[in-house]
Amino acid sequence: MNEVLLRSLTPNVLAILVRRGADFAAAEDAVQDALVEAVRVWPADPPRDPKGWLVTVAWRRFLDTTRADAARRRREDLVDEEPAPGPAPAVDDTLQLYFLCAHPSLTPSSAVALTLRAVGGLTTRQIAQAYLVPEATMAQRISRAKRTVSGVRFDQPGDVATVLRVLYLVFNEGYSGDVDLAAEAIRLTRRLAAAIDHPEVAGLLALMLLHHARRAARTAPDGSLVPLAEQDRGRWDTTLIAEGVEILQAALARDRLGEFQAQAAIAALHADAPTAEETDWVQIVEWYDELARLTDSPVVRLNRAVAVGEADGPRAGLAALAALDASLPRYAAVAAYLHERDGDLATAARLYAEAAQKAPNLTERDHLTRQAARLNTHRHR
Amino acid sequence: MAKYLLLKHYRGAPASVNNVPMDRWTPEEISAHVQYMNDFAARLEETGEFVDGQALAPEGTWVRYDGEGRPPVTDGPFAETKDLIAGWMVIDVDGYERAVELAGELSAAPGAGGRPIHEWLEVRPFLTAPPTITE
Repeated sequence: MNEVLLRSLTPNVLAILVRRGADFAAAEDAVQDALVEAVRVWPADPPRDPKGWLVTVAWRRFLDTTRADAARRRREDLVDEEPAPGPAPAVDDTLQLYFLCAHPSLTPSSAVALTLRAVGGLTTRQIAQAYLVPEATMAQRISRAKRTVSGVRFDQPGDVATVLRVLYLVFNEGYSGDVDLAAEAIRLTRRLAAAIDHPEVAGLLALMLLHHARRAARTAPDGSLVPLAEQDRGRWDTTLIAEGVEILQAALARDRLGEFQAQAAIAALHADAPTAEETDWVQIVEWYDELARLTDSPVVRLNRAVAVGEADGPRAGLAALAALDASLPRYAAVAAYLHERDGDLATAARLYAEAAQKAPNLTERDHLTRQAARLNTHRHR
Repeated sequence: MAKYLLLKHYRGAPASVNNVPMDRWTPEEISAHVQYMNDFAARLEETGEFVDGQALAPEGTWVRYDGEGRPPVTDGPFAETKDLIAGWMVIDVDGYERAVELAGELSAAPGAGGRPIHEWLEVRPFLTAPPTITE
């Protein structure tokens, strides 16, 4: 049985239950139960109409639960309204579900968890493993999130930007476990792109595809980080790159630029360079300028300083860096790199060691410590 | 079974024998060290003795309650802090002897020149739930 296919039916089934009058929280529980049941029953007895099967089982489960509850009268109304069995409607309410799960009243971590469960069809255990928290903690986070959005009307249009932020978080902060969160984020973003025509949705999808294409080249066999310039470009996934570039070009042609399209454009320029030396840094700086206009983010300005260092030389990069706040995350790492390019190895080594102290994760810390060690080894020989 | 915390310190532990800061090692020595630590944890997972392992950033903040309706007071980080924890591993083993044996192995991780660091690790038993049978 294809688990991804099963999970892809989740949002439709959930939306059908909600449209039939089930409240979101109870419907979502019922769909989870139906998914678990499907995993148990389908291998031996696959249904002819998987979606219809899930709707029937989830609806029955919902009614059983409601029956056990005190709200007896409401339940009877629902039974009366139950539509005749038959093929589930083909209308895709997936979009509404995305909006609900990324509702602005939710914290980012709650929105991520709820999206992965209600839209992604992952189990609480899988989500808990992926984010390295106990299952009970994740279950509680999800049920609180459902309570938070319980008063939100399902048919209200939402803000695409909040959905994109949630999907970006899933992609960018995917940790570990059995579930490949980056692939899951791509799957969910693809589905969103099919449900809504929006250049920034396309931009985010392109951005994810272009970064995912480099995944195999990003880490060495021992798990250490391989910087972009040193990656074996032969290991980049050209199919993903071609798809990402095509999606991006179609989005850019619509002339409604946003931050994800701009980020994707930068990733596309890297993807386009056969070697690191052939990278079109001048164009990349221009895209960072666009991005800085769109977001006014200090992190963007920091990355821009790196690009300026490549386009106009390390001195120009250091000048761009001097205008920024030295307490920015990764400031010391960027400064170290630019000083090394400028030939000041002693300063670079000192700054790499300082950057390692401030590194936000172990992989970066080890990488930066190695950089300091590399320069110190050379200098003392 | 008994749980023990193996604590690694940035500062505060007695000096290790092979006491060279990591950024003065060669990149290959750093890789060998990281590999040793990963292999150690993987081996404990296989023997069913691994519970958890985490690393901490060196910079933290002191925080305390400052009274009703007021935000907490924050301070630091203090450069002069004598004791600074770098990370830990929690193990669940048969007893104290095994905990000491494993801490000894962890302390043998290679450092500068590929020789063991001989760093001091702190082994602390967890306080557990009371047993059912006490007489």
